[in-house]
Amino acid sequence: MSIFKHHAKLETNVFFLAVGILLTVIVGGLVEVVPLFTIESTIEKVEGVRPYSPLEQAGRDIYVREGCYNCHSQMVRPFKDEVERYGHYSLAAESKYDHPFQWGSKRTGPDLARVGGKYTDDWHTRHLINPRDVVPESIMPGYRHLLRPLDTSTIQANLQTLAVVGVPYTADQIKNAKADLVEQASSDSADAAVAARYPKAKMGDFDGNPKVVSEMDALVAYLQVLGTMVDFTTVKPESIRR
Amino acid sequence: MSSNTDATRYCEDVVKKFVLAAIFWGVVGFLAGDFIAWQLAFPALNLDLEWTSFGRLRPVHTSAVIFAFGGNILFSTSLYVVQRTSRAELFGGRGLGNFIFWNFQALIVVAALTYVLGFTSGQEYAEPEWWIDLWLTVIWVAYLIAFAGTIMKRKEPHIYVANWFFFSMILTVAMLHLGNNLAVPAALFGGSLMKSYNVFGGVQNAMTQWWYGHNAVGFFLTAGFLAMMYYFVPKRAERPVYSYRLSIVHFWALIFLYIWAGPHHLHYTALPDWAQTLGMTFSIMLWMPSWGGMINGLMTLSGAWDKLRTDPVMRFLVTSVAFYGMSTFEGPMMSIKAVNSLSHYTDWTVGHVHSGALGWVAFVTFGSLYYLVPKLWGRKEVYSLKLVGTHFWVATIGVVLYITAMWISGIMQGLMWRAYDSMGFLQYSFIETVEAMHPYYVIRALGGLLFVLGALVMVYNFVKTIKGDVAEESLAPAASGAR
Amino acid sequence: MTLESIVEFLRSLWGLWLMVLFLGIVFYAFRPGNKTRLESYGDIPLRDEDKER
Repeated sequence: MSIFKHHAKLETNVFFLAVGILLTVIVGGLVEVVPLFTIESTIEKVEGVRPYSPLEQAGRDIYVREGCYNCHSQMVRPFKDEVERYGHYSLAAESKYDHPFQWGSKRTGPDLARVGGKYTDDWHTRHLINPRDVVPESIMPGYRHLLRPLDTSTIQANLQTLAVVGVPYTADQIKNAKADLVEQASSDSADAAVAARYPKAKMGDFDGNPKVVSEMDALVAYLQVLGTMVDFTTVKPESIRR
Repeated sequence: MSSNTDATRYCEDVVKKFVLAAIFWGVVGFLAGDFIAWQLAFPALNLDLEWTSFGRLRPVHTSAVIFAFGGNILFSTSLYVVQRTSRAELFGGRGLGNFIFWNFQALIVVAALTYVLGFTSGQEYAEPEWWIDLWLTVIWVAYLIAFAGTIMKRKEPHIYVANWFFFSMILTVAMLHLGNNLAVPAALFGGSLMKSYNVFGGVQNAMTQWWYGHNAVGFFLTAGFLAMMYYFVPKRAERPVYSYRLSIVHFWALIFLYIWAGPHHLHYTALPDWAQTLGMTFSIMLWMPSWGGMINGLMTLSGAWDKLRTDPVMRFLVTSVAFYGMSTFEGPMMSIKAVNSLSHYTDWTVGHVHSGALGWVAFVTFGSLYYLVPKLWGRKEVYSLKLVGTHFWVATIGVVLYITAMWISGIMQGLMWRAYDSMGFLQYSFIETVEAMHPYYVIRALGGLLFVLGALVMVYNFVKTIKGDVAEESLAPAASGAR
Repeated sequence: MTLESIVEFLRSLWGLWLMVLFLGIVFYAFRPGNKTRLESYGDIPLRDEDKER
């Protein structure tokens, strides 16, 4: 019966109670969370996923800042209707460089995991300024303020921070962050260096105003890359089955 | 047994402040929630200003109700209950209590301002940036010291079960807060002080976030508020809890099972299947301790059921436990993958959360406050029990409107998303499903408005109580169930 | 049968251990010998009634 004496101790000693509680609540976390870092199949091996370009990452920071995740998910589930509506279901690999993840939990608006390339830059810009100009029934807020110039002074530090948390930015990419950002958003960009550092990155003036690199440019660049990095025509089904 | 309270002086000054803060932030949080509910019905209310868009205001609402309202009520009741059931004055006294109080209120204001200005770590219910997280950690450690210190100097040999629940809330929230907010500030590399990136990304970040997010519900909004149930229901009913032995089993089973349930927020996502299955299994098992606790709370009234009719304060407490039972049945059901495939991403989830948040958390809070405020300010009873009854009915109708509107709109939208026409094409475009939501969004916002109005009735009642007024109806000889 | 394989086998039964632990808590709580003592704790909140202020 000595084990029951111990529970009596637990009831009368705050330290034992604390230890008991902590042991009880730690088990679940250890079993569920830790293996995600050690089991290799957690993240599929697919080609094409690269770190975001500086302009795309700046757009992603705006996406987070405006709280888009409150209404838009970025996670297509493997159902017939979702795959038909949005595209191939999402892979863990596609968000492996997302700090923080933005899978979302509510679809007040549609899923955005594969919105890249579905609409023109012009559509996105007009839609973000006033959604009801292009979708009359929309209940999304307008984001006219995104037309202001983008603050580019922090992008290098941000990329460096992301490198610390595990996004494989090279020293070269960090060093050229600001220049690459401006270059990607300029209308006549033909800089092979940017394209080499960020394969398939969409170039150009996104918001129709070539004079400034705006927050709009960054956000639209981000939206246009979403879900486009993996070429699903070349992915073998067995490589993503888990 | 320690005799009684004659020799014990309780530190109630701090408790009173937390009570007032909870009432204030409650009204602010409810108003913010109702405002964003109207935004979904009428998007012009976003005002096309960056600071007033839904995306920036929703975190203000969620943080205000969970952490500002819920947090202050947990501080107030835990510090009240731990002193009373320990027969000991607050450890650290007024000094430590005031340190916690003022820092916490300042933190709330700062956090809300940063949200509106667009500084966020981008994880639901954990939006504050890194230095606010650190600040909260300091406050929380002070709270842990005050709470555990009071238990340590208690005169009552046994630690009453309500304190176990509070204590598990304090410890587990500390663990979750630190685990989920591990981030590297950009300022280390010459970037902004207001920007950081979580050390976890993608699927791992999703898991830590919902390990945190679900247990913010499980420990902050459940364990902490169950502690209130285990103190205030017996107090108001003037009889001990139905089964103290059941409460022991309830406690260990609940805290063990809850921590596993997080992955049910990630069904059919890129989270590995084994983790989803674990999350579903534990979520379903969680139904048992939840209902064990509900039965324990409800049956405390056995033999005194007439109080339900005569005492509107009791009605709040008992209804809250009933809502707890309802939403802890709905939750495990929604964690079943087949059900979740329909409910996830829809308003059904929002309705579920609010049946717990309004029906359980807020109602048990109102019931406890109606007991606590007269007690703390030395009044025999609240100013008007009749107005408590009014508050009860207005709020209940509000909650029922809210959750039924969300059930209908959620299930409807889920079904519309997966509907096919006779040609084998998707029947509805996304925007058609948005349009179909409109009437339900209006009903929901009206329900929310009723809930706010009820809270304002409570504020009026408390102002009068604290002033020392007694309503005429309470002076009549055949006064209602007042003690 | 090596020691390692025994450990491996016992570890795979974690669900069983948890169930044993749970039943232990239930048994502890509902053991007839504990009834009076445990239920008396339910009176703790009711024993601190203030005197009239």
